[in-house]
Amino acid sequence: MGERVSGPEQRRVDPDVDLAVPADRAELPAHPAAVLAAVSAGGVLGALARAGLSAALPYDPAGFPWPTFAVNLSGCLLIGVLMAVLAKQANPPVLARPFLGVGVLGGYTTFATHAVEARQLAADGAAAIALAYLAATLAGALLAVWVGYAATDRLTPSVSGTGTGQRRVHR
Amino acid sequence: MTALLVALGAAVGAPLRYLADRAVQDRFGARFPWGTLTVNVAGSLLLGFLLGLPLPPAAGVLLGTGLCGALTTYSTASYETLRLATAGRFRPAVANAFLGVAAAVAAATLGHLAATALPWS
Repeated sequence: MGERVSGPEQRRVDPDVDLAVPADRAELPAHPAAVLAAVSAGGVLGALARAGLSAALPYDPAGFPWPTFAVNLSGCLLIGVLMAVLAKQANPPVLARPFLGVGVLGGYTTFATHAVEARQLAADGAAAIALAYLAATLAGALLAVWVGYAATDRLTPSVSGTGTGQRRVHR
Repeated sequence: MTALLVALGAAVGAPLRYLADRAVQDRFGARFPWGTLTVNVAGSLLLGFLLGLPLPPAAGVLLGTGLCGALTTYSTASYETLRLATAGRFRPAVANAFLGVAAAVAAATLGHLAATALPWS
């Protein structure tokens, strides 16, 4: 996946910010206020969406934490979609990744809530549910991010920024 | 009111994650995603601690749902594991996935224990 996109994007591991990607390294010194404001504003929107969805979904403190599970899996699907879309762009908008990826999706998904929910379940004597929750989130999140990336990668027409320079449409 | 508190916490939490991630990578490099692992463990420790304190609900919304929720991220961590795996780096991929979850739950437990061991709890 993503192997057709050559260049620094191939070295990316971290979608938030990866200092092995020169554009990521340069973005903060170049536009510190704009980058931090975009991350902050996106984070607010993502966190509000998470809080809204959590309040809307039924939640049983003694049972499987479905609201956080749904938030984390949907956010993982969307980061896959977003990174596949951005990887196809020769010159993606400078603030797209900081706003949508670091901000909105980073603010929407949460690791801390899932950790404390598992701890609480285990402390309440529901260790089996806690373990099932941690495992289902881990496996489901990975599957979601892979499906989001792979499906978007196949369905999006690619404009090669480097290499042959010709417009190639996949599938 | 609740929405405002969530927004205020997240407005600080998300850029804090970005800056902490950069700082950790500056020091430890970018080959393994230590930056995201660090914020996820730190946020879980803090949230575990906060939930062990007799806090008013508003403080829990501001610091828990807002700050810790936005400081930590599952989407970033999962994408990193996928990237490591598709680059053929299976051991780092497995380490990132399991170390992230184990360390975050351990940190949440430790934070909660610390808060409940304090004299005011």
